[in-house]
Amino acid sequence: MAEMKILTKFIDDPRSNELEFYESVHGYDGMKKALGLAPDEIIEIVKKSGLRGRGGAGFPTGLKWSFIPKDIPKPKYLICNADEGEPGTFKDRKLIENLPHQIIEGMVIGAKAIGANKGFFYIRGEFNKGIDSMQKAIDEAYAKGYLGKNILGSGFDFDLVLYAGAGAYICGEETALINSLEGRRGHPRLKPPFPAVSGLYRCPTVVNNVETFSTVPHILDKGADWYSKIGTEKSPGTRLFSVSGHVKRPGVYEIELGTPLLELINDLCGGMLDDMPLKAVIPGGSSVPILTAEECKTANMDFESMAAHKTMLGSGAVIVIGEGTDLVETTYRFARFYAHESCGQCTPCREGTHWVRDLLYKIREGEGTSADLDLILSLARNMEGGTTICPLSDACVGAVRPTILKFKHEFEARLKDKADKEEEVSAGTGA
Amino acid sequence: MSYQFSSESVSRLNKLLEMFPDKRSVILPGLYLLQKEQGFVDREGMEALAEKIGSPISLAQIYGVATFYTLYNKKPVGKYHIQICGTSSCYMRGNDKLEKHLCSRLGVELGETTPDKKFTLEEVECLGACGYAPMVQINDAYYENLTFEKMDEILRGLT
Repeated sequence: MAEMKILTKFIDDPRSNELEFYESVHGYDGMKKALGLAPDEIIEIVKKSGLRGRGGAGFPTGLKWSFIPKDIPKPKYLICNADEGEPGTFKDRKLIENLPHQIIEGMVIGAKAIGANKGFFYIRGEFNKGIDSMQKAIDEAYAKGYLGKNILGSGFDFDLVLYAGAGAYICGEETALINSLEGRRGHPRLKPPFPAVSGLYRCPTVVNNVETFSTVPHILDKGADWYSKIGTEKSPGTRLFSVSGHVKRPGVYEIELGTPLLELINDLCGGMLDDMPLKAVIPGGSSVPILTAEECKTANMDFESMAAHKTMLGSGAVIVIGEGTDLVETTYRFARFYAHESCGQCTPCREGTHWVRDLLYKIREGEGTSADLDLILSLARNMEGGTTICPLSDACVGAVRPTILKFKHEFEARLKDKADKEEEVSAGTGA
Repeated sequence: MSYQFSSESVSRLNKLLEMFPDKRSVILPGLYLLQKEQGFVDREGMEALAEKIGSPISLAQIYGVATFYTLYNKKPVGKYHIQICGTSSCYMRGNDKLEKHLCSRLGVELGETTPDKKFTLEEVECLGACGYAPMVQINDAYYENLTFEKMDEILRGLT
């Protein structure tokens, strides 16, 4: 199999980040078309394409845009979420560094669709190279009249400001991101009201992912019908997957949705590192349920197939785990991540993530008991399903519980009481 | 004597104040400017920032923001701030071994600074470079697909 490159067709060209190059490969054509359309027409095209948000939740993009109230006097805001940081996820960074103009183009189209005259590019603070690349592209776009007042004489104004985050994973959650942009701690907000009604500075706001904005220009340029025919019926288009872990060629790959998971691993990524047997795959970032090697055989990379396997495509991060990997260690490290990144507002998350991490640490050190394992599962039940403002504690559960249930023997083998029992048995046999 | 921003930073802050509909949004970029100037953020610097942004932004609000975000150093770090990613994807490609190697090369434990104040070594959560593991961030730059030899060569190049 091969990649199907739509967003990333020119990503490897050394000049891909330059405006002149981007224009030479039909860059900004989609925006030029959109500037001649009414907002409703743009939203209709995006709706018809079937594009679903690429940040993790998979919400239909056109529908999200249509929630913005039309006739209210308040300003409207458009935000690009470039606060990528879920373990396993590193696809947006490549788009930001190498194809910043594609994102700007998508944002101008989105802004026109919802009637926003100001937008923000919220990028994670560690991405220094991306910050430079995007700022340069924004400056170039202003100079060329693609941003600012009266864009290309269309009468539409759109200003874009780059805003760097400061190392908080939670700011990838859209309401926490909005708080952060307002100069506050990154605490998620209670919903409703949803950002479409009351978001940034209490005004109607749309937040979309980098990959979502990067896709929009192609839909405008080539049409909704063209796009909806790619991929599967409910998951149209291509998607960027960032593959890490035990494969020969980790990296970012753009493939048609619906592609079998094993084809991605074996064909594009060159197979398993050192030809070790496959043990498991986390198919959509650390927060989604793990798949066993057996389950991987029937899993396709689309929303429906993942749902049938009781997991998700999430942020498009495929973590490939080879035989011999200590899953107690990896699960502990994931739990440590969520405990570190919990914002601390809600008790089930603040206490739960830390408690789960501590219990896993005990088990990892061989000091845990079967009661500790039961306690993790009991805690997990209280950390999910709407007990908190945002889904960070659900994400921690997703990273921990399915691994414990599917690979229980590995966790049990590390328990202290089990070790004691085995010692007794062997002592008994010896006597 | 209270903290004095450089004239360059003052003009940057003035620009930032025009850029946002609410001047509260200047807190995060303002803290960055402060950190860029002196390597970390402290009370005096935050007081100066509060004064620059003006009412109703108080020192307490800025302090609350600074302590929430990990990218703001609340105390001085070495000339080279080495942050090694400790998350699972990096672990699967050997970051734990690289971490031990770095500790022994620099003669410090995680979280410590070398006596000559040249290096600070820290383990951090996901840096979003999982496919290029193991990796470290040194000041503003990422170094990826590291081996012990590559790491040593990078350290030798830091003067």
